[in-house]
Amino acid sequence: MKKDEVPQDKGNLSNKNMKELVYATDENGNYTTTLSTGWEPKTIALSNSIEEISERIAIAKAQVNNNEVSPIVYFMEYCRMDIAILSSYVGMWQWQVKRHFKPKVFAKLSDKILLKYTKTFNISISELRNFKTH
Amino acid sequence: METNFTHHQSAHCENGVASNLLKNNGLNISEPMVFGIGSGLFFVYLPFLKVNYAPAISYRPLPGLIFNKLAKRLRLKIKRQKFSNEVNAVRALDENLKNNIPSGLQVGVYNLTYFPDEYRFHFNAHNLVVYGKTDTDYLISDPVMESVTTLTHDELRKVRFAKGAFAPKGQIYYPILIPEKIDLKGAIIKGIKNTCRDMLAPVPIIGVRGMRMVARQIRKWPVKHGTKKANHYLAQMVRMQEEIGTGGGGFRFIYAAFLQEASVILENEKLKELSQEMTAIGDLWRDFAVEASRIYKNRSSKEDTYNTIADQLVAISNKEEVFFKKLKIAIR
Repeated sequence: MKKDEVPQDKGNLSNKNMKELVYATDENGNYTTTLSTGWEPKTIALSNSIEEISERIAIAKAQVNNNEVSPIVYFMEYCRMDIAILSSYVGMWQWQVKRHFKPKVFAKLSDKILLKYTKTFNISISELRNFKTH
Repeated sequence: METNFTHHQSAHCENGVASNLLKNNGLNISEPMVFGIGSGLFFVYLPFLKVNYAPAISYRPLPGLIFNKLAKRLRLKIKRQKFSNEVNAVRALDENLKNNIPSGLQVGVYNLTYFPDEYRFHFNAHNLVVYGKTDTDYLISDPVMESVTTLTHDELRKVRFAKGAFAPKGQIYYPILIPEKIDLKGAIIKGIKNTCRDMLAPVPIIGVRGMRMVARQIRKWPVKHGTKKANHYLAQMVRMQEEIGTGGGGFRFIYAAFLQEASVILENEKLKELSQEMTAIGDLWRDFAVEASRIYKNRSSKEDTYNTIADQLVAISNKEEVFFKKLKIAIR
């Protein structure tokens, strides 16, 4: 990549006034560093991932409203986690976490267990318990 | 309290931290040099490991490996500490700062508040340097940022004890011994040999063979998983290749910069030629990303578009196979 060909597209970094360092060659073919504001192909790639997450959150929300899954699923998706990450944050086995996804099981969970989830999601117990009200 | 520390921006976090820490200790070593000697160039495909719901494709070795290999080859001593107890982790870091030792930290990205939201994923192999502390904040030198920044005490605790794959466990590391004389030439040759061995490894998921395996899979993705998933997989692959940290082209440009620097140190003209060749290969990776982005932008599922980029990937793997064979001979 030549220095004058380093892309300066608008992207997720330039929105926050950040630039990343890239290695490129100068007019004599020698390597030097320069800054880039972004590059369209990767901006699209990242947007694609963000969209994917938004969709997952929307689906989870609908499932919670239909009482198919517990609010834990919604907050897990909201925090961009999967079961493996969540179970390691709350310090429980994956099968335990999966069990807590069931609305019936969730309704009977003690505050002690809920506290592990609320700490992870950075919310209060009532926010988790009464998710549907808001 | 604040230690003497100069921040330099770098493309990749681990090389950047290594280079910045060593420069701070009087060993002037560039980011590409760290990357090359530490054999940072890599390719591995781990279909059984899912990252963000897509198969893991990595253009770099395991976190920590680059710095460790560099240290071994230059005979540096690096102290690494992990903690099971958060209080001890804080104490150890504060103690270092008191003794004027800027420290490298492995952290999770999700709670790095100075990153744009879009970049905050549960990725635990990020590296930064803490070089000071105030009543409320820690002073942070994150090598991928243009300038220094801060995190509150609580924020730093959260990123040090992020959970999930590669959990950092509060890990801190810093050089404790740098020998007076270092054998840069020998280290460069060892680093290059290691990379050639990795990239040409007779293992189906690693190096050029790994790329071919991914190419075979790409052809199957639209049929096997449907358009949506196939596009998502492709987007993830491009992110691993181009996202902040790789310096573009899946680290190929950093490696080319390393070969150029190495050609001067080893007085080997051949390496300069190979550096140019690596640049050309890096450009091919960029073309691959452009083509791939067209597919997921248009949400295309046409099998022939997937076949086209798979062909591109195979072409790159063939070029790299020839390249690394030549590189192996060039340093003999």
